[in-house]
Amino acid sequence: MDKRTKILYGILLAGAVIAPFVGGYPLFLMSALCFALFACAFNLLIGFTGLLSFGHAMFFGMAAYFCGHAAKVWGLTPELAVLIGTAGAAAMGYLVGWLAVRRQGIYFAMVTLALSQMVYFICVQAPFTGAEDGLQNVPRGKAFGLINLQSTPHDPLFGVIPVSDDIVMYYFVLALFLLGFGVIYRAIYSPFGQVLKSIRENEPRALSLGYDVDKYKLMAFVLSAALAGMAGALKALSVGAASLTDVSWQMSGEVVLMTLLGGMGTILGPVLGATTIITMQNYLAGFGSWVTIIMGVTFVVCVLAFRRGIVGEIAYRLKR
Amino acid sequence: MTEIFGVPTQALMGQLMIGLVNGSFYAMLSLGLAVIFGMLNVVNFAHGAFYMMGAFFSWMLLNYFGVNYWWSLLLAPLGVAIVGIIIEKTMLRWLYQLDHLYGLLLTFGLALIIEGIFRDQYGVSGQPYDLPELFKGAFDLGFMMLPKYRAWVIVACLSICFATWFVIERTRLGSYLRAGTENPKLVQAFGINVPLMVTLTYAFGVGLAGLAGVLAAPVYQVNPLMGSNIVIVVFAVVVIGGMGSILGAIVTGLALGLIEGLTKVFYPEASATVVFIIMAIVLLIRPAGLFGREK
Amino acid sequence: MMKRKLLSTLVTAALICSAGTATIAAAQQGKASDDVVKIGVLTDMSGVYADYGGPGAVMAARMAIEDFGGKMFGKNIELVNADHQNKADVAKNITQQWFDRDKVDATFENLNSAVAIAVQGLGKEKNKITVVTGAASSKLTNEECSPNTGIHYLMDTVALGNVVGKAIVKDGGDSWFFLTADYAFGQSLEKDTGDVVKAAGGKVLGSVKHPLSTSDFSSFLLQAQASKAKIVGLANAGLDTVNSIKAASEFGLTKNQNLAALLMLITDVHAVGLNTAQGLYLTEGWYWDMNSETRAWAKRYEERMKKKPNSNHASVYSSVLHYLNAVKAAGTDDTAAVLKKMKDTPINDMFAKGGKIREDGRMVHDMYLFQVKKPSESKAPWDYYTLKGTVKGEDAFQPLALSRCAALKK
Repeated sequence: MDKRTKILYGILLAGAVIAPFVGGYPLFLMSALCFALFACAFNLLIGFTGLLSFGHAMFFGMAAYFCGHAAKVWGLTPELAVLIGTAGAAAMGYLVGWLAVRRQGIYFAMVTLALSQMVYFICVQAPFTGAEDGLQNVPRGKAFGLINLQSTPHDPLFGVIPVSDDIVMYYFVLALFLLGFGVIYRAIYSPFGQVLKSIRENEPRALSLGYDVDKYKLMAFVLSAALAGMAGALKALSVGAASLTDVSWQMSGEVVLMTLLGGMGTILGPVLGATTIITMQNYLAGFGSWVTIIMGVTFVVCVLAFRRGIVGEIAYRLKR
Repeated sequence: MTEIFGVPTQALMGQLMIGLVNGSFYAMLSLGLAVIFGMLNVVNFAHGAFYMMGAFFSWMLLNYFGVNYWWSLLLAPLGVAIVGIIIEKTMLRWLYQLDHLYGLLLTFGLALIIEGIFRDQYGVSGQPYDLPELFKGAFDLGFMMLPKYRAWVIVACLSICFATWFVIERTRLGSYLRAGTENPKLVQAFGINVPLMVTLTYAFGVGLAGLAGVLAAPVYQVNPLMGSNIVIVVFAVVVIGGMGSILGAIVTGLALGLIEGLTKVFYPEASATVVFIIMAIVLLIRPAGLFGREK
Repeated sequence: MMKRKLLSTLVTAALICSAGTATIAAAQQGKASDDVVKIGVLTDMSGVYADYGGPGAVMAARMAIEDFGGKMFGKNIELVNADHQNKADVAKNITQQWFDRDKVDATFENLNSAVAIAVQGLGKEKNKITVVTGAASSKLTNEECSPNTGIHYLMDTVALGNVVGKAIVKDGGDSWFFLTADYAFGQSLEKDTGDVVKAAGGKVLGSVKHPLSTSDFSSFLLQAQASKAKIVGLANAGLDTVNSIKAASEFGLTKNQNLAALLMLITDVHAVGLNTAQGLYLTEGWYWDMNSETRAWAKRYEERMKKKPNSNHASVYSSVLHYLNAVKAAGTDDTAAVLKKMKDTPINDMFAKGGKIREDGRMVHDMYLFQVKKPSESKAPWDYYTLKGTVKGEDAFQPLALSRCAALKK
């Protein structure tokens, strides 16, 4: 990372830190961060390994249920609940990945889609998800037993700083987002990431160079599932609910769109894409059924004319 | 009365019959997917949307123009095929040189748009489509009452599936098609218009989905969401059968309909998931699918 | 190379910042002084429940405001609405912004159980009135209850089972078979109704569970047919109910047996058509063709929406009007004062006669058992129901003594 890239990341970080004080709505910012992390995790597969998982909602949604269950029923502290959600998603990722990496390309997409649909049906029937009612009123509790993340009552932070605690929760989410983002960043720029890229570019060659391609794919898949799970777990805590939409195939489609729109295979693309889509969903809520159509049109336009995505396109223009 | 696992044989036969009806729909849809994939290398996510469109077209023909079931059996798939041609000509063809994933993503977006438009126009409760007069009533098969319309669905689907298989595997036109899949440049050199063939193949594939939609209209509620759930099951069917084979798509579709029917009797709770479980097992034993060859 | 990459990222940063500014700008639009009465209608405008609530619910709320006179304390009453897309998180996000920033005083409709529970939870936290009409989950006044802010206005699963079970057994339908959607909602509906049937002297011969959103019900209906029960109870909702009814008619089940839909509205009957739905039993809290008042309101609604209202639309109208009257009577939009007025005042309008909001938030009103007419009996479009029985509010809803609402127990 050169100096100016560092400055850029610094600016972004500073922006994220002051966002709630310059008018950013904490609950909105939190869901934007959760989906940004989800999209980044997804991008690790599609953008850097060349695997299109069309069922990533199963990790996101199941982790939300795991985490919500841990926080609500077992009464665990939030950081433990998030850990359980992440671990659960990783375990699922191992199982699903183990099955799915047997097929390539388009089949991989269909297998993951079908498996996630199976998970969806199980969630509808299983008692612990609350089916249509969802898992509701998940308490945020106190992180590390110290910092109160609950929305009420409005305790001042350390007894001094008069912040409403949605804001404290926001920083909790931000911290974990940065952790997840850092892990992805490290993975991409590590030798492991280089192998993944070589698989994306030319799988037979990677194989002939002696890499156990399936093993690398599986590792990437598990990592991606775990981080998607972390995003889901954070979402369950910040919104206080996990519901069936989180595991549905529409959600899987949304994360694909976020990544595609922002730019597959770019580091910041998914973050931007997720923020854009979430903003659309929140502020276009008055448009009713047009939301789906707008999403569909965005998809088509991206695929036909804008395959690099926003960030990728900017990078390409600047390079020329 | 003889019983199998506590279920009377007669009831079981009835359930198998119904499974066959559902299997016919699976077979027709997965056949369309397989044909399109074979020729265009595109996984058509919008297949469910076209199925829904077929059902809606027949409903619109009846309600706006008074066109009866028999004509819409011809006209609605034709309408769907025309929409397919437009989509292929204006959008899909720009993607053939790219990774196959883009075809999937494009058709996913299209599915959202088509569904959204129908939902906006017709709401979500759906529209009723009455049975054609000829098919009211049922055949008494001794072990069950088989509604005439269901019998017709089986006959129609099986004939169409067989005809498609015959054309592609046994005729000259089919051999061009197959050759076009293997080596488009060479076939083009022989003076055959490959782009046209590709367009028509796509039109034919989505037309099949439209036809399935028309057949389904009197049985199920005609509603904008009817396609999105079935398309994922059909994807699983295709993974099980393997995309490469026409016959594979047909046989797997029928077989899974039967298996699903049996599940509904013995363990109804699992009837939504059984197809996916079978898919997982097949992936373990034969990753390329039952009839597939690894590409 | 690195420089350009950096530049590109900088531009991205600028984009993100501008997106942020847009957010801030959007945030500052919704400033309103506190003495303005502002109500929100949160509903599904585009998804599977859009016909059930949707634009019709917004229109009903608008009509209520107009009928009230449009003004409160000399200022215009404001109405905002949003599409929650059936996502609990979107619903919560919107509602929280409504409460915190846009100074919305109360939200209405809130259909879909997941959304309803989430919104009611938020109302409890923020001390704002939330009125649920479209969702049927009885959890709203039990496990997830909020007696100081939440009102459940239309029907719930307990009442549905109660009415159908009691009234049909009384009518001679004493042996039952259930077709149940295999998730919490369907199971509790089956259990509640089954208990009522047994208590009323009927028998439950069996049941079959089908997965949610099954497209083909014929297999399950054959099993129902084989049971020879007089009544086949459909413990499912929406499209599942519609598809079960279609299959039942196709397989000739309705010749010897009667269907009873546990959760179905007139919009669904309209979608199925009388040919297929005839003879079906169902329960609703309201029907447009009950008396001159309901007909007059339905006519006004139909002029605007081009279709007849369902009971959910009527209850949105009634609840908004009741709320506005309570605000006026209380002379303030303070939550506790208004809620007290709402509970103290009986509801007498075209939706309910002598309706009363109980301390757990349950609005108790009469429920009706209807049978769908034969096509030959139906004289006009939307002329669908014959009234088969009325169940008094106190018999229809779960008695307060059985409530599992923790907040009431202290």
